[in-house]
Amino acid sequence: MSYHADERGYYGEFGGAFIPEMLYPNCEELRQNYLQIMAEPSFQEEFHQLLKDYVGRPTPLYYAERLSKKYNTKIYLKREDLCHTGAHKVNNTIGQILMAKRLGKHRIIAETGAGQHGVATATVCALMGIECVVYMGEIDIARQAPNVARMKMLGAEVRPATSGSKTLKDATNEAIRDWINNPVDTHYIIGSVVGPHPYPDMVARFQSVISEEIKSQLFEKEGRENPDFVVACVGGGSNAAGAFYHFLDTPEVGIIAVEAAGKGIHSGESAATSALGKVGIIHGSKTLLMQTPDGQITEPYSISAGLDYPGVGPLHAHLYTSGRGEFISITDDEAMKAGLDLCKLEGIIPAIESSHALAIFKDRKFNEDDVVVVNLSGRGDKDLQNYIDYFKL
Amino acid sequence: MNRIKQKLQEDKKILSIYFTAGYPSLNDTVKIIQDLEKSGVDLIEIGLPFSDPLADGPTIQASSTAALKNGMTTSLLFEQLKNIRKTVSIPLILMGYFNPVLQYGVEAFCQKCEEIGIDGLILPDLPLDVYQEEYEPIFKKHGLINVFLITPQTSDTRIKAIDDASEGFIYMVSSASTTGTKEGFGPEQAAYFERIAAMNLKNPQIVGFGISNTQTFQQATAQTKGAIIGSAFIKHLTQNGVDGISGFVGQIR
Repeated sequence: MSYHADERGYYGEFGGAFIPEMLYPNCEELRQNYLQIMAEPSFQEEFHQLLKDYVGRPTPLYYAERLSKKYNTKIYLKREDLCHTGAHKVNNTIGQILMAKRLGKHRIIAETGAGQHGVATATVCALMGIECVVYMGEIDIARQAPNVARMKMLGAEVRPATSGSKTLKDATNEAIRDWINNPVDTHYIIGSVVGPHPYPDMVARFQSVISEEIKSQLFEKEGRENPDFVVACVGGGSNAAGAFYHFLDTPEVGIIAVEAAGKGIHSGESAATSALGKVGIIHGSKTLLMQTPDGQITEPYSISAGLDYPGVGPLHAHLYTSGRGEFISITDDEAMKAGLDLCKLEGIIPAIESSHALAIFKDRKFNEDDVVVVNLSGRGDKDLQNYIDYFKL
Repeated sequence: MNRIKQKLQEDKKILSIYFTAGYPSLNDTVKIIQDLEKSGVDLIEIGLPFSDPLADGPTIQASSTAALKNGMTTSLLFEQLKNIRKTVSIPLILMGYFNPVLQYGVEAFCQKCEEIGIDGLILPDLPLDVYQEEYEPIFKKHGLINVFLITPQTSDTRIKAIDDASEGFIYMVSSASTTGTKEGFGPEQAAYFERIAAMNLKNPQIVGFGISNTQTFQQATAQTKGAIIGSAFIKHLTQNGVDGISGFVGQIR
């Protein structure tokens, strides 16, 4: 059994392309071309060259000695926080901008929640000299002013999404509507392993460089390619998809996905989609999502802006329901404490998203000789205000 | 015979009107349907509001958000419509996004539609292949016609596949756009209307998107069976409430 997408973009019962006919030609063009384009040697060469010289890859696999000692196991951190723009997001935007160029597209649109994917998209558009429009919820624009400024400095136009709840899901709706209205010249760079086929698979493939590197780096350090566990936080799930990718079909590697419990799973303010979601359709994908009994999509909550998506990528929905993945949810408080812990023990300020993954060690015990790789998806600069407010710094 | 099929056999251009259930007020549904029928409309599309209507522009989005805020739900809509066939005989179509139908249960939803006397469904984000593989027998069992969309970007091959799968009419989206975004028609639409007319499809086509008055209604129906008005009618409801529906319809044809 494989946990990768089948040729129709299904992961078990999840995935597919539940899109209105207006989007069919756009998705179909991408579907028919993405694998072939990605397989071209010139594409691979350009992609890897940019990842190396521009993004700064490979990112280190760092043995966190003091953290390991504290939890009595062997913890490695995959340092995606050291990527250009501060997180793993740029792996995907580099890949997709090259894809867009080969498809002859002249205009890029993207959605963003906290602004990390928006910044990563604006960055590659500046790099390639391509017009860029980023949709961002009106509420997020107000609370993420530094990232809005970054996108503007990079030459992108930031358009407020004023519909619905005015946050990430609505920004995604607006980007999709833009794509419906501009079907020929525009490419939509989705920021996570969500949306209609082929997006979840394509984004996972671009992010899979993370687990590709983990294998060779771990071999250097431990004499084996496979860790006992890989841990990553999951909002939509792109960093997790990248960290899990090359281990999905290797059952001896445990996969641990960490979701945001917000103020507690049953507090009514949570983003723990696996625990609270039901099967449904969001943004063109059949997956688990948080919704009312009537099928209206609800607004999630997490202190971390990168984890408050009401759905989860179809890959992760499948990992959850099949039992292949172990799903843990972490509250705001647990994540913030784990973040501060990493600062003090290792001298690394993590993004609050990544802090969720780090927070599992308090309760989830591992053997002393277990090798546990945690994907440190982003750095905490963007979250400084949150840390300041939370810890009264 | 299904009321939609019967209506399509009449030798006239079809005027179809879309409105969002639960808007402007929660309990306007039945009155709007009755007034539309009295005003000489041929077909009604009752919109089931959704929190995330991807294919809709600002006007229908806003009506959807307002309807949900008013308290509209799938069950409530069925409750409002349970006696509708005692007062109207016009063909009725429910139009909405797939997720609320999935949550209600596709079989239960179709069953309820049959009980009420709904004639067809338009679910833009239920793709053709999934419909054929999983749901077609259920729709048919309950006498529901499923209406598919085509756009100017839809390839001839796909249009033929959609024509084969259809058994009422084809919803011909006039331009690459969300609802209510573009008004009127240009050379692109003329070429598109020509192209479709030349394909001699087995199903009649009814045009939607961009129709708001007599002129656009006539342009849209010159080579097709009919036209659908959505956003323009929602705007009318926003401005006038449920009064003056016959005046609105009267100025279309």
